[in-house]
Amino acid sequence: MNESAKEAQLGYPTQLIGERDSYESATRQIGSIVLDQKQPRSWLIGFTIAFIGVMLLMVAISYLFFKGVGIWGINIPIAWGFAIVNFVWWIGIGHAGTLISAFLLLMHQKWRNSINRFAEAMTIFAVACAGLFPLLHLGRPWVFYWLLPYPDTMGLWPQFRSPLVWDVFAVSTYFTVSLIFWYAGLIPDFATLRDRAEKRWKQIVFGVLSLGWRGSARHWARYESAYVLLAGLATPLVVSVHSVVSLDFSVGIVPGWHSTIFPPYFVAGAIYSGFAMVLTLMIPVRRIYHLENMITDRHINNMANVMFATGWMVAYGYIMEAFMSWFSGNRYDAFMMSNRFAGPYAHTFWVLILCNILVPQALWSRRVRDNHVVLWLISIVINIGMWLERYVIVIVSLHRDFVPSAWSMYGGTKWDYAMLLGSMGLFVALIYLFVRFLPMISIAEVRTLISEREEGTL
Amino acid sequence: MPPMNSHFWRSLEERADTPEFREWLHREFPPLASEWNDEISRRHFLKLMGASFALAGLGACTKQPLEKIVPYVKQPEEIIPGKALHFASAMTLGGYARGIIVESHEGRPTKIEGNPNHPASLGATDVFMQAAVLDLYDPDRSQTVLNAGAISTWENFLSALHDTLQTQQQSGGAGIRILTQTVTSPTLHEQLRAVLAQFPNARWHQWEPVNRDNEHEGARLAFGEVVDTIYHFDKADVIVSLGADFLGEGPAQLRYARDFTNGRRISSGARKMNRLYVAECTPTITGAMADHRFPMRESAIEKFASELAEAFAGNAAASPEIAMISHDLQSGRAIVVVGTQQPPRVHAIAHRMSARDAVSYIAPVEPEPANQLQSLRELVTDMSAGRVELLLMLGGNPAFDAPADFDFAATLDCVKLRVHLGGYVNETAVLCHWHVPEAHFLESWSDARAFDGTTSLVQPLIEPLFGGKTAHEFLATMLGISNPSSYEIVRDHWRRNRLDDNAWRAALQNGVIAGTTGKTRAVASVVEKIEAATMRVSPLEINFRADPSIYDGRFATNAWLQELPKPLTKLTWDNAVLISPQTASRLDLRTDDIVTLQCGSRKIEGAVFILPGHGDDAVTVHLGYGRSNGHIAANLGFNAYAIRTSDALSFSNDVTISKTNRQHVLATTQHHHSVEGRNILRVASLNDFVANQKIIRAMGAEPPRDESLYRPEEHQNKTYAWAMAIDLHTCIGCNACVIACVAENNIPVVGKEEVARGREMHWIRIDRYYDGAAENPATYFQPLPCMHCENAPCELVCPVAATVHDSEGLNVQVYNRCIGTRYCSNNCPYKVRRFNFLEYDVNQFESPTTLKLARNPNVTVRSRGVMEKCTYCVQRISAARIEAEKENRRIRDGEVVTACAQACPAEAIIFGDINDPNSHVSKLKKLPLNYSMLGELNTRPRTTYLARLTNRNT
Repeated sequence: MNESAKEAQLGYPTQLIGERDSYESATRQIGSIVLDQKQPRSWLIGFTIAFIGVMLLMVAISYLFFKGVGIWGINIPIAWGFAIVNFVWWIGIGHAGTLISAFLLLMHQKWRNSINRFAEAMTIFAVACAGLFPLLHLGRPWVFYWLLPYPDTMGLWPQFRSPLVWDVFAVSTYFTVSLIFWYAGLIPDFATLRDRAEKRWKQIVFGVLSLGWRGSARHWARYESAYVLLAGLATPLVVSVHSVVSLDFSVGIVPGWHSTIFPPYFVAGAIYSGFAMVLTLMIPVRRIYHLENMITDRHINNMANVMFATGWMVAYGYIMEAFMSWFSGNRYDAFMMSNRFAGPYAHTFWVLILCNILVPQALWSRRVRDNHVVLWLISIVINIGMWLERYVIVIVSLHRDFVPSAWSMYGGTKWDYAMLLGSMGLFVALIYLFVRFLPMISIAEVRTLISEREEGTL
Repeated sequence: MPPMNSHFWRSLEERADTPEFREWLHREFPPLASEWNDEISRRHFLKLMGASFALAGLGACTKQPLEKIVPYVKQPEEIIPGKALHFASAMTLGGYARGIIVESHEGRPTKIEGNPNHPASLGATDVFMQAAVLDLYDPDRSQTVLNAGAISTWENFLSALHDTLQTQQQSGGAGIRILTQTVTSPTLHEQLRAVLAQFPNARWHQWEPVNRDNEHEGARLAFGEVVDTIYHFDKADVIVSLGADFLGEGPAQLRYARDFTNGRRISSGARKMNRLYVAECTPTITGAMADHRFPMRESAIEKFASELAEAFAGNAAASPEIAMISHDLQSGRAIVVVGTQQPPRVHAIAHRMSARDAVSYIAPVEPEPANQLQSLRELVTDMSAGRVELLLMLGGNPAFDAPADFDFAATLDCVKLRVHLGGYVNETAVLCHWHVPEAHFLESWSDARAFDGTTSLVQPLIEPLFGGKTAHEFLATMLGISNPSSYEIVRDHWRRNRLDDNAWRAALQNGVIAGTTGKTRAVASVVEKIEAATMRVSPLEINFRADPSIYDGRFATNAWLQELPKPLTKLTWDNAVLISPQTASRLDLRTDDIVTLQCGSRKIEGAVFILPGHGDDAVTVHLGYGRSNGHIAANLGFNAYAIRTSDALSFSNDVTISKTNRQHVLATTQHHHSVEGRNILRVASLNDFVANQKIIRAMGAEPPRDESLYRPEEHQNKTYAWAMAIDLHTCIGCNACVIACVAENNIPVVGKEEVARGREMHWIRIDRYYDGAAENPATYFQPLPCMHCENAPCELVCPVAATVHDSEGLNVQVYNRCIGTRYCSNNCPYKVRRFNFLEYDVNQFESPTTLKLARNPNVTVRSRGVMEKCTYCVQRISAARIEAEKENRRIRDGEVVTACAQACPAEAIIFGDINDPNSHVSKLKKLPLNYSMLGELNTRPRTTYLARLTNRNT
């Protein structure tokens, strides 16, 4: 049965790998982007713009260190602003990678094979962007290391009841494991590049990076078991990191934060935004580098489906939050919810509902999922919606809590926006560098797909 | 070691040059020298040297400041470094004294408290007394004698003055005019009289923009003579205020606040209390305490008073309200008190209704109570007629605050020699030929009388920082005394007035001169009936009132007062055109809209602030803003004096308002004015409370204390358990606690922009809530310091344990450990934590010069990026503990008084140890009035509130 017949029967794209792809063609196609292909002009233009963003971030950080967090719009009672919103947003985005690579690996989902590398890279860059903000938002960032349990001469430890300390462990563990997992996956590809490189220095660089990989059967056996073990290690982190981040809020007593639904709801939201970001990046990259044979319509369709499903989990979270604020009979929770619906920041809430719930309903339609321009636009809308969700949680909850006399309003300053745009610049610049200097699709795993196709076991 | 070249020998051993000596020399001198002989050791040495060079380099990273330490070679008597001394003195406002006790650290006055012996203070302070310390150190104060704006000397000034005085001698001083503010000082009065005796044709004028002319004229109308009225609010059952803000203004404000709240205090066990009716236009804190408040135009109060007098006399009442008040007035001891802004007729009407045992009369405290408006008018007439050749202005700022139609600034040009003595180079000083810096009252000897005549001595705490002169020294030089000393002048005066050295010392120690209180005198009414004048009714009325924070403008230079949220509007750094919500909607105005106010041909522009409870069809503008001189004062708000004319000093019906299309952002510290039905503020009527004492607690339950996973005894405070009770029933919202806290705890000023962003730093704030219709809402105040929760939500979430509990139940903030995550503030349900978003302590308002001297040495100055909050004045607890431990006893109840509690005129804040069941605070907390704010969150706040009760006439 050929792919189009299968597709017609099942109702979704089924192809995982181009029918004409061979070991050699796949290796050449992916490796040449790194080794010899001249980059398209769009790379240079895009990277320049992103690099301007990086410079903006540097300026914003320098001024922040010079003056203090007062350059932002935060105040009392809204002591957390853009920095925390950005942190949670980036951390959420950083969830797709590990989910795709580790979780789907354990689930034997083969469609992960050609997108996992890219998603992992995105994860690491997103977590790196996220990791900036908790440090930068400190009033005294130069003593950030007091958050770590190190042998202090005065015998002081972090205060382990604080979720911020849990955050430090959760995020740093996640970053470390994601990085190792990513690197482990890269080793066979580094070896391939080493072998294909023609310039001496490239051979040396990739040779060092490939850690002496020769591709022997023993190597592969060890590699496979190590990779699965790492996947086993990484999978719980997919759930734990954003659960812990959500505890920053649910441990607090602020109405709108103090909620037991937060951990699963945050994880679902994280995967939602992560897949949206993968789509946002992958759709243009696939087009620019002509990778349609490897990142097929089925991949895109699958990701759209996962995104859609997690979107409904998020919607369930919204509904439960609203329900519980009424059902609990808690006066402050009820007020918080009515303030979200109709308070001074109601527009942010309704735009968030529009972005996260209403617009994605278009994904019911196969035609929308197959139209990659529309899908790309929807993924961007979801990214905006997820940023607004964090804005609503952090700021709209804080601006009106228990004592009405303290109620106040918040607005980001130009430095808040500079930090947000700058972090996006850093993220995009890293993606550009990644696309240029590392194989963005796992050569080894694509070869596995090809071999399975040839054996007919795919 | 190189061989010794010298043939001099240093010891016999060296001379002998034994191997032992050689060995000793190698080892002993110079160090490590012998190591050079050994190759391996030399490498070791080089390593060591390298390391130490590196370390030396590190040391160079921090440049050590060059500091000179000069210890006391001889310790001055009475000064123990680190221990504060306290001196009694007095501060005047509008000429009238309030007794103070000044805390001095190593010669620096740092904090002002009320003097419990003084009748106008009783230990309490107002905002101006607390802020006076900042003025003392203000680098913006006038620092040199100025001649036409150029720096000159006192000697040059004296020779210029004496030349003019010589020429004036022949005419008996016909060209000399002296303009003072209100004078109550017996010494200054004596000196003025002496000057006038020497220059018999000279004239002395008095002027203050906010004066007591109407009160004095009202007394003259009623009794045929000028008397000062003393109200005994503690003895009154019914109080009717006709526009009088007796809790917030006036020379007896602190005393009246204490007396009034004593007549209401339910926490003392009383089951009845006084009832307050207030008719007013501009909402005041007195109006906020009213059981019945009648907002009306200021010009309508006269009619209201006449109607009340009619009904009081037994005639038919004009309205049910009048009938109700009049009936109440006749049923008990009553006081009818009238605002100084009301015309004399209203004062006269009111004098007929007050009960004689709740009011007493004394001879006027001012030695010569002039009609100040008349006095200034005469001066201006003389000036413009060219009759004035020498004008001496002792203090004041008439070029800024004289009635606009007098055109004082322009008329000054007609005076040949103009001399100004003042603390600041203000609008008047720049128009004068000579300006002489005036010594601050904390640098001066003087004396002054309180509202009841009690006289206090003013004694200096410090040498004049900027070489200022006092008015006494100034006048003495006119009398030809060279190098006069204020001390000698004041001491001489009192020596002549039978104050021997012992009595003098006692007066200095107690802060009051015994036996100087005014004698009550009998007065007799001289009129049968006072006809109310008919007032022209116009679409709009304008009210001119002294500002609650900067008074008549004299405190506009004070950053603490500028940043103090005004009691009702919560505005900082600005005045505004206050207007009622209905009138604003009629005129299509919103808060922040700039409007033009026109009185006759004069106009000003100001931003609108909509204030619930304001009288309809009227606006209020506060005086003192719109200053053109001064680092802090200039360019804030608008100058209401520019349209205040002599025929309408208090209110005018001749005003039009028009909207511009521009806006001016006003910085207020409170944006939401309703409690949203939450039980954080509990109010009940007295009758309901007496019928059922459980109603306060029933408004909100607290989880029982044993519902915990922890053993309840685990975290009990074994020694002391500090706690506070705040009586909302007596809190008058006067702000004294807020600014006392600023002065005590080195709280930085952040400026208008930061306040507008919501970053004010006050550790205690006074929340003001409205209840009911916007045209006449009930107004409630709620002071909010840190609650010092036993289950503090802030402590749980701090990642570095920078906020923790101490063994006595204080929730302490460890500044050194704080990294500034601000999570604690988010998790504080009361939002009482304050964050140093920027480096506030060295910002433009506190230049690092003299202002450092104003700081309390016992309180850490906080840096950028650190959270801070109320500490329950932990430094005062420590001081008391040291004293108690020295005497091997427990700290006694009342020994620790927090700065806020100390300042409170209403004694609404009580602090103490709840481990002591007999402490005042323990007893208050057992009352059925006591409740925990947000107690349902199980935070178990140590600061609790006593509910507010109302006593409406039903």
